[in-house]
Amino acid sequence: MAEQKKLAGYLCTGCGIGERLDVQQLTTIAVREGKLASCKTHPMLCSAEGVKLIRDDIDAGQVTHMMIAGCSRRAKIEAFNFPTVAISRANLREGVIWLRPNTDANRETTQEMANDYIRMAAAEIKFMSVPKSSGQQELNKRILVVGGGVTGMTAALETARAGYPVHLVAEEAQLGGVWNNLYKRVPFRAAAIDVVRNNDADLPRPEDPGIADLTAQINAESLITVHLNARIARTSGAPGRFTADIAIESGSTVTENFGAIIQATDYKPYDASQLPEFGYGKRPDVVTNFELEKLAKEANGAPIKRPSDGKEVSSVAFIQCAGQRSEQPGHLPYCSGFCCTESIKQALYFREQNGADATILFTDMRTPGAAGEDFYRCGQQSMVTFTKGKASAVVQNGAGLKVKFKDLILDEDTELDCDLVVLATGQIPHNGPDPYAQLAVEEAESEEEKAAARLKLENAPPSILNLDYRQGTDLPHLRHGFVDSHFICFPYETRRTGIYAAGPVRRPMDMKQAMEDAVGAAMKAIQAAENAARGAAAHPRVGDLSYPSFRKEGCTQCKRCTVECPFGAINEDEQKYPVFNESRCRRCGTCMGACPVRVISFENYSIDTVGQQIKNVEIPDEFSEKPRILALACENDAYPALDMAAQAARTGNGIELTPFARVIPVRCLGSVSLSWITDALNSGFDGIVLMGCRRDDDYQCHFVRGSAMAAERLSKVGDTLQQLKLETERVAVYEVAITDIHRAPQLINDMATTIEKIGMSPFKF
Amino acid sequence: MGDLNQAMIEKYRTSFLKEVEANVEEGEWVKMCMQCGVCSGSCPLGKFWNHPPQEIFMMIRAGKREEVLTSDAMWMCTSCYNCVVRCPREVPITHIMHGLAHYAKRLGLTPKNQPTAEFAQRFWNNLLKKGRVNELKLGVSLYFMNGIGPGVKTAIKMAPVGIGMQRTQRMSAMELFGGHAIKDLKGFHAIMQKAQELEALRIAQYSVAPRPTA
Ligand code: SF4
Ligand code: SF4
Ligand code: SF4
Repeated sequence: MAEQKKLAGYLCTGCGIGERLDVQQLTTIAVREGKLASCKTHPMLCSAEGVKLIRDDIDAGQVTHMMIAGCSRRAKIEAFNFPTVAISRANLREGVIWLRPNTDANRETTQEMANDYIRMAAAEIKFMSVPKSSGQQELNKRILVVGGGVTGMTAALETARAGYPVHLVAEEAQLGGVWNNLYKRVPFRAAAIDVVRNNDADLPRPEDPGIADLTAQINAESLITVHLNARIARTSGAPGRFTADIAIESGSTVTENFGAIIQATDYKPYDASQLPEFGYGKRPDVVTNFELEKLAKEANGAPIKRPSDGKEVSSVAFIQCAGQRSEQPGHLPYCSGFCCTESIKQALYFREQNGADATILFTDMRTPGAAGEDFYRCGQQSMVTFTKGKASAVVQNGAGLKVKFKDLILDEDTELDCDLVVLATGQIPHNGPDPYAQLAVEEAESEEEKAAARLKLENAPPSILNLDYRQGTDLPHLRHGFVDSHFICFPYETRRTGIYAAGPVRRPMDMKQAMEDAVGAAMKAIQAAENAARGAAAHPRVGDLSYPSFRKEGCTQCKRCTVECPFGAINEDEQKYPVFNESRCRRCGTCMGACPVRVISFENYSIDTVGQQIKNVEIPDEFSEKPRILALACENDAYPALDMAAQAARTGNGIELTPFARVIPVRCLGSVSLSWITDALNSGFDGIVLMGCRRDDDYQCHFVRGSAMAAERLSKVGDTLQQLKLETERVAVYEVAITDIHRAPQLINDMATTIEKIGMSPFKF
Repeated sequence: MGDLNQAMIEKYRTSFLKEVEANVEEGEWVKMCMQCGVCSGSCPLGKFWNHPPQEIFMMIRAGKREEVLTSDAMWMCTSCYNCVVRCPREVPITHIMHGLAHYAKRLGLTPKNQPTAEFAQRFWNNLLKKGRVNELKLGVSLYFMNGIGPGVKTAIKMAPVGIGMQRTQRMSAMELFGGHAIKDLKGFHAIMQKAQELEALRIAQYSVAPRPTA
């Protein structure tokens, strides 16, 4: 292999690199030590002329593997886009000159830093090859949408309109799902911009729910096939080649292939029988917000009647947050986010249809969504009474009811007589069982946690997707049964590649938000199917063709990789060897970091590509007073933070970085192999700083669990250090956010201070 | 007056808010308050009141008729308009304060010896007589508002100011005896008469049929 590789270096002397560094020295190192056939320089390598210089060499067949030394690997990606050759980048601009002060006293150490980055990039490139698509699958444009509610219907319509055929699977006998009960919906629009802020302004009012219209659109769409009374009996495969058995209640089963899947199974209403203090279940005139919609539908515009004796309701009280935002057992700890506007809407039914007094007892009025505040004003304008108060009990009062509550503005206990009480209860995600529920029981740290985990396992709902994945049948949960999808950064992504979650399965929401969610998930599903066909990764390494492979001879079937993969991408064959699924894989490298015998690698990222960089750093002797600090930085957040720190430092707004640091980007902290740590310590590094993303429930790890897996693995590093008789302070693991542009370099500088205190490593050759 | 109060109680038995909507200037805005408390926090006098504006609005909605109308809270408003400028709902709070005070007075529910109410009445009576404010008489009557003793004391304290004003011809002691009137005093009285008739009509109209609400 090695003889086929044609190695060359290209060094940019622009952006101040030529002025700050000894270019002659750098090119000499590239050729003599780095063993590159040549190292050309150019005053502006990213210019058309510079790019042509490289392109000509590639076209002439003179280079297959190249080192580009200049700016950070995150800069000038378009200019240095040569998909047919392997490329390593030596970060001399952000990584060296921008982070170092331009003074004579610093010249020597700054140059040494740059020299090392040249050595590292030259070493790395020898172990890289050009990733190629495996060609594992063809384009399958078909998308499976599970869930016949408004979310699923919208996802199906959007997908079909983009030209992709859809199978829509609904459990119920008709489309609309839970939303079918709605008499009217919360308005989809705010007041027009020029509507005056007056007490009789023209404000948005409840609207027709529009389900019939949506159903008609679906029926008219030739690309959509609807399966009613149907469930998914089994799902197998991977993005681009999913196979699903759709079981119809009548007994028949249809098997179809899909490129990607959207789970839009919406929510289930909260069971209010857990609210005895409000008399639910005991007093017929205490109903939930979900049940009230049925009453309103029955009334159909005429006065709404109370269930007990059919009397027309002349006064109604709404109790907000009923069984919600409370840590009490049986209550929902979260806010369902739709019930405030829902109660306003329902109070308006009573104002309009009954002319009744309507009082909403709230502790916090929250009106998210399009109509939001305007809808609140609409309620006030229509004389709905909003009382900031906390309800404690509902008792019988003759034929009517009495609500006891504490008025939080007037600070007094008081009560309210009414004919009907509506409990604003919340949404429970309609989701399958958490595949990691069993693991949670095993890994629980306290008895309390164990009991909670066991309870969850025992009450696990039936499966929805019936995936035949090694890691379980359904989408992993985050908290409270909601699908694990990153709330802000990548909302529709789940921990199963090519399967997207939309609507209330991932967080509580109202109809309008669920429809918007559906559009997003539809776009992601289409993208996933297309990427799978090209053999390219989905989020966050979109388009990446590299893909993990393993040396079967070396594998000990220890299963670390199959267990640690955050995306359940690895199955097992009959002999318990891992089976990698290219299109389920996100290319995080967690499996690679997990593998104790180091047999997993990517074409362009492996134990060697990083290990060789570590080995090729020049280590000055113990008495030089020049320690070496290795920083492994996650390419998603920590490495960009350092790049931005460099930009800040260059303009005088940042801090400088110790010249003793050598930073290597990693795909995810989860991909860090313990062998890199041991190698580094053995070859004389004085300190190691590991920087990954936040890993708790509010994680920022782009690979969800990668950072957590790494933390787990690295917790054992202390033992290694003790075996080597080294101080444990020499290795530090940090959570770093992309915004930490002062903190990130500071953490590395702190390690330099630590080394000053504890002394140099004794392991220098 | 007490009868009017009784009549109103009967009429709006269930909803004090509706009563306020119908009878108080800008009362239709009370329902639009979202209880943020910005007004109470902005009012320079808020901390001296027993009920700052936000609380007054909540009390109206909670049906605390008696407590609101006999309160001296709204009488404390100085019309600084701080709250109106800051209210995110653009509620004309200041106007409602005066509206409430006015309504309470019409119903005869003003707290006894409420200084603002007392001052307003004296100002009004003084003005009505000659079509202009007789400052000397108004001042002196205020000195003696709380009895002869304090009145004499204040008068002595203020004497040098009065003498100074007299000397610079800013005031004439003669005003104490009758005082001069505006040019067409008769016309002025006719105007005031008419205005009061119109106001009575307006009030009567609301009291009979409250404005329809949405
Ligand atoms: S751990 Fe990461 S790289 Fe490895 S198979 Fe799973 S997703 Fe792919
Ligand atoms: S500032 Fe306006 S909305 Fe807020 S409490 Fe006062 S009156 Fe109500
Ligand atoms: S106008 Fe009246 S109520 Fe408003 S802030 Fe000023 S004194 Fe207070």
